[in-house]
Amino acid sequence: MIRLEKRPQPSRIWTVATPVLAVALTMVAGGLMFAALGKDPVVAIRTIFWDPLFNEQFASYSRPQLLVKAGPLILIATGLSLGFRAGIWNIGAEGQYIMGALAGAGVALALYPLDAWFLFPLMVLAGALGGWAWAMIPAILKTRFRTNEILVSLLLVYVAEQVLAAMALGLMKNPEGGGFPGSRNLQHYPAAANTELIAGTGMHWGVAAAFIAVIAAYVMLTRHMLGFQIRLAGQSPRAARFAGVNPNALVLICLGLSGALAGLAGMFEVSGPAGRVNIGFNQGYGFTAIIVAFLGRLHPVGILLAGLLMALTYIGGELAQFMLGIPAAAIQAFQGMLLFFLLGVDVLSNYHIRLGRRRVA
Amino acid sequence: MTALLKVEGLTRAYPGVVANDRVSFDIAEGEIHALLGENGAGKSTLVKMIYGLVQPDAGGMTLRGRAYAPAEPSAARKAGVAMVFQHFSLFDALSVAENIALGMETPPPMRQLAARIRAVSETYGLPLNPARLVGDLSAGERQRVEIIRCLLQDPKLLIMDEPTSVLTPQEVSILFATLRKLAAEGTAILYISHKLEEIRTLCDRATILRRGRVVESCIPREKSAADLAEMMVGARLDTPARAGGSPGEVVLEVTGLSLPSATPFGTSLRDISFSVRAGEILGVGGVAGNGQDELLAALSGETPVTPGAVRLKGRPIGALGPSPRRRIAVLAAPEERLGHAAAPDMSLTENALLTAAIREGLAARGFLNWPATRAFAERVIADFDVRTPGPGNAARSLSGGNLQKFVIGREVLQRPEVLVVNQPTWGVDAAAAAAIRQALLDLAQAGAAVIVISQDLDELMEISDRFAALNEGRLSPPRPAQGLTLEEIGLMLGGAHDMEVAHVAD
Amino acid sequence: MDLSAINPAVLAASLMVAATPILLAAIGELVVEKSGVLNLGVEGMMITGAICGFAIAVETGSPVLGFLAAMLGGAALSLVFGFLTQVLMSNQVATGLALTLFGLGFSALIGQGYVGIKPPAMAKPDLGPLADIPVLGRILFSHDLIVYLSLGLVVAVWVFLRFTRPGLILRAVGENHDAAHALGYHVVRIRLAAIAFGGACAGLGGAYLSLIRVPQWTEGMTAGAGWIALAIVVFASWRAGRVLLGAYLFGGVAVLQLNLQAAGVAVPVELLSASPYLVTILVLVIMSADRGRAALNAPASLGRVFHASN
Repeated sequence: MIRLEKRPQPSRIWTVATPVLAVALTMVAGGLMFAALGKDPVVAIRTIFWDPLFNEQFASYSRPQLLVKAGPLILIATGLSLGFRAGIWNIGAEGQYIMGALAGAGVALALYPLDAWFLFPLMVLAGALGGWAWAMIPAILKTRFRTNEILVSLLLVYVAEQVLAAMALGLMKNPEGGGFPGSRNLQHYPAAANTELIAGTGMHWGVAAAFIAVIAAYVMLTRHMLGFQIRLAGQSPRAARFAGVNPNALVLICLGLSGALAGLAGMFEVSGPAGRVNIGFNQGYGFTAIIVAFLGRLHPVGILLAGLLMALTYIGGELAQFMLGIPAAAIQAFQGMLLFFLLGVDVLSNYHIRLGRRRVA
Repeated sequence: MTALLKVEGLTRAYPGVVANDRVSFDIAEGEIHALLGENGAGKSTLVKMIYGLVQPDAGGMTLRGRAYAPAEPSAARKAGVAMVFQHFSLFDALSVAENIALGMETPPPMRQLAARIRAVSETYGLPLNPARLVGDLSAGERQRVEIIRCLLQDPKLLIMDEPTSVLTPQEVSILFATLRKLAAEGTAILYISHKLEEIRTLCDRATILRRGRVVESCIPREKSAADLAEMMVGARLDTPARAGGSPGEVVLEVTGLSLPSATPFGTSLRDISFSVRAGEILGVGGVAGNGQDELLAALSGETPVTPGAVRLKGRPIGALGPSPRRRIAVLAAPEERLGHAAAPDMSLTENALLTAAIREGLAARGFLNWPATRAFAERVIADFDVRTPGPGNAARSLSGGNLQKFVIGREVLQRPEVLVVNQPTWGVDAAAAAAIRQALLDLAQAGAAVIVISQDLDELMEISDRFAALNEGRLSPPRPAQGLTLEEIGLMLGGAHDMEVAHVAD
Repeated sequence: MDLSAINPAVLAASLMVAATPILLAAIGELVVEKSGVLNLGVEGMMITGAICGFAIAVETGSPVLGFLAAMLGGAALSLVFGFLTQVLMSNQVATGLALTLFGLGFSALIGQGYVGIKPPAMAKPDLGPLADIPVLGRILFSHDLIVYLSLGLVVAVWVFLRFTRPGLILRAVGENHDAAHALGYHVVRIRLAAIAFGGACAGLGGAYLSLIRVPQWTEGMTAGAGWIALAIVVFASWRAGRVLLGAYLFGGVAVLQLNLQAAGVAVPVELLSASPYLVTILVLVIMSADRGRAALNAPASLGRVFHASN
């Protein structure tokens, strides 16, 4: 018989080892899935995890893509992890991402063709504000009426998608676009474009922002009172109130920060890699970032690594689709599986697993 | 006397501790048998094995001469063993009748069950309305639900785990009458307690457990309470020393404090007024669930109240939260150690930061000074003899007594002017309890105003200068503790809640 | 704009159809939450049910087998959640999200070959003269079996929770799992059963979307229905009868906005499309603002991890 015994304190080794174990288990299970689809599992796994980085034929294209994809994931996940640690569940980052993009692009499109140095910083500010404002809706409803923030933030994603559609078809539609939906391409508007900072690396302002966010979050969580309060509130809410933490303030801060970071990610995306506001511009980064946050164990450094890994599955997935005909949906299922395994093996960090009958100590 | 239940060599180990080590004893029909021991002596594990909640690693039991090894509680119930839990196994949002049905193997239809509940409650003098929600009942009434649940199944053996900790003295005597009547009818009662006087009045025999082993078996009437205490603890304990000093000026003054309940089954505070002087200990007694948590929250600042309701040396502080109150040296230690006073998964260093950041200057402009925090945690550990490998260990890895010493020590070392503690020695071993009481006395001696909220009347009589009782959210006017009789205290606590009408039928 | 084109009887009838998937998912989730478990993976189980039902119905030509497969698929996925949260004690919120993320990907994967296919139609029961009653017949007696099944399920859940002993035990487990354990009830087993039931209901609801309501398969076709079902359980303050009310209210909004879109009302299409979500948020706010009443019905152990410590 298998039994679980609670550890007197969480195991440090397993805390680090569980994500690695989860990735390994996902590769095995994913391999089985690919085999079921009639593909060679070893080739599939290699195509996803190895070829984008080390296959000479693809690496030159894929390596920069790694940062392009990882940037928004890390940025969003860092924000989400703060809330998740405090037990505040913002799962509507996708909506905040859209609203940030709309706000940022809106500023650029409104001022077009103004050519000024302050345009891009203004867009950054607008993007953060857009995401922040959208996240304030569940935050205020939660603090004012105790409405469940999980449901509200999620439902607002669907509302944001409708706003995006309305913008792409209406207000922000490119007047010179021949009637097609979608805005002007900001890549062709130098003052507003989020360009590659170092050519050939994929490094753009959004990636820089992601690195800054990781460092700031790390300092906050380990060295600052706010970080301590966030951790405390998540672990024992009553102890947090006793310590003088105002739970409502924490809700506003955590949702606000994660919304602002998601908004920033959206803004950097629309002014950079995506280029324009259009229907379906959002690609699910807001949801994948949830997986990234957990895979990184809600730790900034972990999130950095997890974001890169998850970006790799995107790029490798595209490659596998192109080379082996593995459907894109398989990658999505693969990412979902990763989260399952991660949550499952997490039991190891808090519990001993004992086999067989108990012996007298 | 024929043995009803015979326990032979029961052994059960948990990681790192042998909770029961070859425990043997027996109970006769109609006998009231005490199981006496300190917190952590292994009483709970033993009764859980008898009730089928835990399986022994070794040893066995016989019930009426036949092998008895219940795999789960329903098997125990079928065999005629019933149990009244210390932390009630009740469901707040369900009715009395539903709660009782859940504890029965084959409950009759609800209407018949309600009639039977009424009948049994009449017979044993335990009035109860089957339709009421359990969450709305007082602690004493909730215990009645548990007892009636057991009685409806005609148990041969009734296990009672610390049943009087939630009762007023008057309610205790009614319970004892009920138990004696049951015993006279032939039911055996296994009575678990650490209250020595109770055991001397009620029980026919006593088995004493210490660190998981049976150390003695005796007839409690023939022993003094001090003898029993020595058997239980294994050493003579000194009662805390108190030097009688005259109290100083009024430090904390509470006037007309009212606070509506925040939760559906919580207690509202109603028009509470009292004052505490420097150097004085005010004891606040009361049965569980009469507003203790709420009072502590209002005094610690967790639930802010109207500014004038709480005053520190005349200055209104009712609206201040916990942090501003700490700044002016008003400190508190709540009842629940894990999850309220301390965060279970955080280290002792982090738990030191939890309340000491302000007064110990552990944060500058929000940035934390970890070395200083660690040093403070180490100081608490050293000064209060907290047994732990070091401040890096998680709070949940400490025993109850050690964690409580840490929690109290953390506040005491911050030089409070006012300290409010709730249940400071609940679930703590006798040595740690004595150390904590001494620390509170010393703190008052040094000039602090101390408020001790507790359900342990012996404790309050031992350390408080004045005594007030909390009953349904109201506080009685404080009276000098010296010279108060148990009878008077009982009446202050509300006497026998709603039980005047009831009398045990012979 | 021509509002006269909206026939109230047809509207009421299509309201019931629109509400059925959500009603099914919500009544299942109600049972799950009453047992003290918060499964946020309803969306994932619904879409898994939608594709499982669709695929099997297309392959076998039998919608009934499709619905059965949908229930199995939903239950199987929910048991993954059950295993993780009840046996491995993972966080329920995170695991529920994982279920949704996985379900969306998994269903899209299976659904590759089924895009653009029409599923076999389900025969409607002929209620004879009942269906011929003017207005009422159109509204109440012209539906397929699943609509009636969903109504029956609401009644069955109400009776189960209110009057039966297993229902009482289920509520007790959700109210205080430690006390239930102390009395000897198998908390984990009872919860797993509730989770599987919830999964089957969500799967059935999803298949109703893909086989009857729409009827065809598109990726992500549940479009938040699972989340709305979760909101309806809160709206209903954990009462079966009010789940019905909530689901039909939502169905009403959904159908009305579609009709208004068709009638060309001078309101932006996007606002109409967003209205079901906005209405759901509004309803959630109203319910949560009213603390006392709703709090009493919420299972006290909802979402808390249970680990028998002995």
